[in-house]
This record gives sequence, C-alpha cells and structure tokens, in this order.
Amino acid sequence: MLAVHGLSKRFGGLWAVRDCSLTVAQGSITGLIGPNGAGKTTLFHLISGFYRPDRGRVEFAGRDITGLPPHRLFHLGLYRTFQIPRVFPEMTVVENLMLVPAGQAGERLWTTLLRPRLVSRQERALRARAEEVLDFTGLSEVATSPAGALSGGQKKLLELARALMASPKLVLLDEPGAGVNPTLMKRLAARIRELALTFGVTVFLIEHDMDLVMGLCDPVIVMSEGRVLTQGSPEQVRADPRVIDAYLGGQYAVA
Amino acid sequence: METVVGILNYLVFFAITACVYSVLTLGLNVQWGYTGLFNIGVAGFYAVGAYTSALVSGPPPGTLDWRMFGGWGLPFPIGFLSAGVVAALLALLLGWITIRLKEDYLAIASIGIAEVIRLLIKNEAWLTNGVWGLKNIPSPLFHPVQSGVEVFLAAHPQLPPWLAQLARGAYNWVYLAGLLAVVGMLYWVLERGLRSPWGRVLRAIRDDERAAAAQGKNVAAFKLQAFVLGSGIMGLAGSLYAHYARYLSVEKFEPFYGTFIVWVMLVAGGSGNNRGAILGAFLVWGLWAGTDFLTEYLPLSDVQASALRVVLVGLLLIGVLLLRPRGVVGEQRFVSRLFKA
Repeated sequence: MLAVHGLSKRFGGLWAVRDCSLTVAQGSITGLIGPNGAGKTTLFHLISGFYRPDRGRVEFAGRDITGLPPHRLFHLGLYRTFQIPRVFPEMTVVENLMLVPAGQAGERLWTTLLRPRLVSRQERALRARAEEVLDFTGLSEVATSPAGALSGGQKKLLELARALMASPKLVLLDEPGAGVNPTLMKRLAARIRELALTFGVTVFLIEHDMDLVMGLCDPVIVMSEGRVLTQGSPEQVRADPRVIDAYLGGQYAVA
Repeated sequence: METVVGILNYLVFFAITACVYSVLTLGLNVQWGYTGLFNIGVAGFYAVGAYTSALVSGPPPGTLDWRMFGGWGLPFPIGFLSAGVVAALLALLLGWITIRLKEDYLAIASIGIAEVIRLLIKNEAWLTNGVWGLKNIPSPLFHPVQSGVEVFLAAHPQLPPWLAQLARGAYNWVYLAGLLAVVGMLYWVLERGLRSPWGRVLRAIRDDERAAAAQGKNVAAFKLQAFVLGSGIMGLAGSLYAHYARYLSVEKFEPFYGTFIVWVMLVAGGSGNNRGAILGAFLVWGLWAGTDFLTEYLPLSDVQASALRVVLVGLLLIGVLLLRPRGVVGEQRFVSRLFKA
C-alpha cells in the first residue's frame, strides 16, 4: 500500500529523517514508535506532502507520489491527521465534517448559484453521512458547537471523524491518543480497529501510548535518529534490547 | 419645511455614499471576513474600477484634457461591468503571483499595488488626465429624470417652494434607489454563494490553511477565487462612485478614504457577516459625517478638525473592539442555508 525508499530530510545541519525505508501492508494497522526526535512526525509530513523530501521516494498504491501537494494526495486516497488537532475552530463540528468529502458540486461558486437544487440534495446526503460519523465517534451531542470549544480529546475524535468522512485507502494518524483520557482512549482504540476491519482502511499511526500500540498494531516499526531501527510484531519489538536502548538513549553510549 | 427638505436631501446624499462604501465592505468581507486574505490595497481596486468606468462610459477628451485614450461614451451598464472585470483581472494577476506565499506577502503586495495605481493615475496624464482629473462623467438616466422634473415644475408653477425643492433633488433619489438595488442584489448573491460548500471551504481556509489542504482542498485556487471576486466587487464600487460624483481625482483614492475607513467599517460592523459589513458602512460613515457637524461648532482650525475626526473614528474602532470584539453583529454559525433541517 505504502512504500518509502531512502527518504531523507534535512533541517539545517540536522537530518531529521535519514535514508528511511519502510512499507505498510494493505489492511494492516501499522504502528510507528520511537523516542522523541526520532523523526516520526517529519516522516508523516514527508509522506503526506507537507514537506518536500531532500532525497528518496514515496510510493502509494503502486504510484510515485513524492512531492505531490497534500490536496492531490487526499484525492488519491491518502489522508493524514495532525498531532496537535487542527480543527476549524470557528466552524461547527458538523461543518468540519461536511467540508471533507471530495466531489462536492457546491464547491464551485457558479454551481452553487445556478443549481441550488443539486447542491441542496448533496448537502442533505452529506449531512446524513456526517451524522452517522458523529454517532460512530460519539460526538453527536456537540454537533452544532463550534469546533474550537471542544476539549482536547474531543478534538482528537473529530480528527478521526474527519478521516472517516474522507473514506481514504490509507490514513496516517499522528498520535491519536495524545491527551485523550482513558475512557475516551478505549473508544478511540475500538474505532481505529473498526476503521481497519469494517471499513477496510489501512492505518499507519504514530503513538507514544504503549498500551494502545501493543494492543492495536501489528506490525510495529521503531524509528530512531531518522531511520528505521527495527520492525516486527509487538512482542518482538518489546523484547528487542536495541529498542529499549533507543528509548533510554543507549545509542549515544555505543557511538 | 425647507429645512426638513434640506435635511432629507442631505440624508439621501449620505445614504448614497454609505451604499458605495457598503459595496466596498462587501467585497472586503469576501476576502477578509470569509477567507482571511489581508488586502490592504482596497483603494487600488476601487480606483481602477472608477477610472475604467469613467473611460469606458465617459465623454472623449475635451479642451485642456491631456488624454489620448478612452472616453468612448458607452452606456453605463457596460462601464459598470467593465469596472468589475478590469479590477478582477488586476486581482487575478496580483493574486497569481502572491497568493501561494504567506499572507504577509499579499498584504505588502496589495498595499504596493494600490500606491502604484495612485501614482499612475497622478502621473500618466495620457490615460487619466493626471492631477486635472476626469470631468463630466455622465450619471445614468440623469437627463430623462432632470427633464421630467423641469416639465413637471413648468406645468405646476404654483407648487409650494419646499415641494419644488424636493422635486429638484429627484435625481439623487433615483440614484439611491438604483444603488440600493445593487447592494441588495450583491447581498443576495453573496449570501447564497457564501452559505454553501464554496463558502465553507473559504472559512476553513481562513481558520486553518494547512488543515484545509489536508482535507483535499486546493487552497491556492480557492484563495485566488475569493481575491478576484472581492476585488471585482471593489471595482464595481468605483464605478458607482464615479457616475455619482461625475468627477474623479486622485485624492479620493488615498489610503485613508479608500482602504483604512473600509477596514474600520468591516471590523466594526462584523467581519464574516454580510449584514455586518453593510451596517458597518452606514455606522462609520454616519459617524464620519456626524463629526463634520460636530467640529464646526468647536473652535478648531480645519487641520485640527480633520485630525480630530480621524481620532474619533479610531476611538469608535477601539470601543467596538473592546465591547464587541466580533463587531456589532458578529459572524453567525450555521450549517448551510441550502440545507433545510
């Protein structure tokens, strides 16, 4: 589904991602872990078109997508969420969702003005779908609140809900569990699993919460210093002494 | 009675100016209120519209006129529409270059282009007659209305003086009616256009550009559309001004009257709300006109008086922002007008 070949990105003198190669299999929930500064989020930015790589290639569904802008990737079926939720604060929650789907006739000004019935019909369908997604993510009660007024955890859920509205082939979730309370966390994990199993979406997620990663992901990829350190099943990764070293800063002792 | 008619005639004059400003604020609202585009060169697009309309619909160069161009005397609707089109084309060119960059660059480019336009108007006499200005710009339907009034007055010599005075001011009422129709139509079209998926994308871009891109929206394309549409509307305002004032000179397009006061109107009235934009235009222009009377009664020189008026407008803005940070009528939250619950 996704293949990254020798991807590199440098900020000044620092290689945030260096010669990184990995693959994400179709239908999997692949986890990406690693210590702070390992380059996980930078890697996501590179894959999703928010940064341009200095070297390397990204392939998605058999197609070279290196350097394509984010809105093009969206239309190819690659969706990403943000580590710090980026909701549209002045818009209602339901509008945040209705915005997402592609192919809205009403996004062209002249169609809106000249064919109100067509737009109206599409809007009704979108609203119905948004309400299903709100139900699924448990956000129905706040549907008409401005998104800026949601709690941090609810914003995370809204990010996930938008991913559902996008109906992508692959979704990159950047720390979906960060700042989410334990009750919401359980719901979140269940929803992510359903996303993969019921909706057939491939999930690639960054997470620091080890319970979430170990319970949800297989395989797990470990990054350190901009490269892939190792990958395997949660058990393999947990048992790997190099992973513990990386988290404890052991790689510096070796160097 | 004559005083009442005098006040009434003044109010019509006031409303005409406020309507022209309403068109400007509606244009700026598309850019800033909905899309978050920081255009501080409103005066440039306003001036381009005014001069385009005057050149297309105005008379050919007369004596003491340095123009070598324009004055085709075409009907007003053609001048009006070309004002919008030329201003929109200018916005397209400017936007094409700058809109992909961060918003600060658009701000700098827009203020720069407004100054360039002002200097071009001042210096390129072959096109704009420079500092001598453009005279005798025809007002639409002026002659039919005026001769109708003459016939009426000749037929009724015994009219009370106040009624005759009112009749002589009839043209301004006609122009105001036309302006109100334009503002009304513009409001209707914009409301419908903006309370739609199109407007939803614009507001998303205003709230968070990168997140909008992540939802598959071509941010640059939408920003360009909003910039071109808003600037085109500002061009229309220029035409409406030119054919009422009948005389254009470069001072009318200085940053204070052309840009600053329009921003005050929009922010005070309620950015992101078309009704707020119109309300702000009437409110701020009312205050501006009102301070003119006020300063007459104070022992001030002209220079001091006009400085005091600017201070008062600034105080109004600060007051509104303190008491109602979102403007007198703020943005409304809605799902979509097209969707009926």
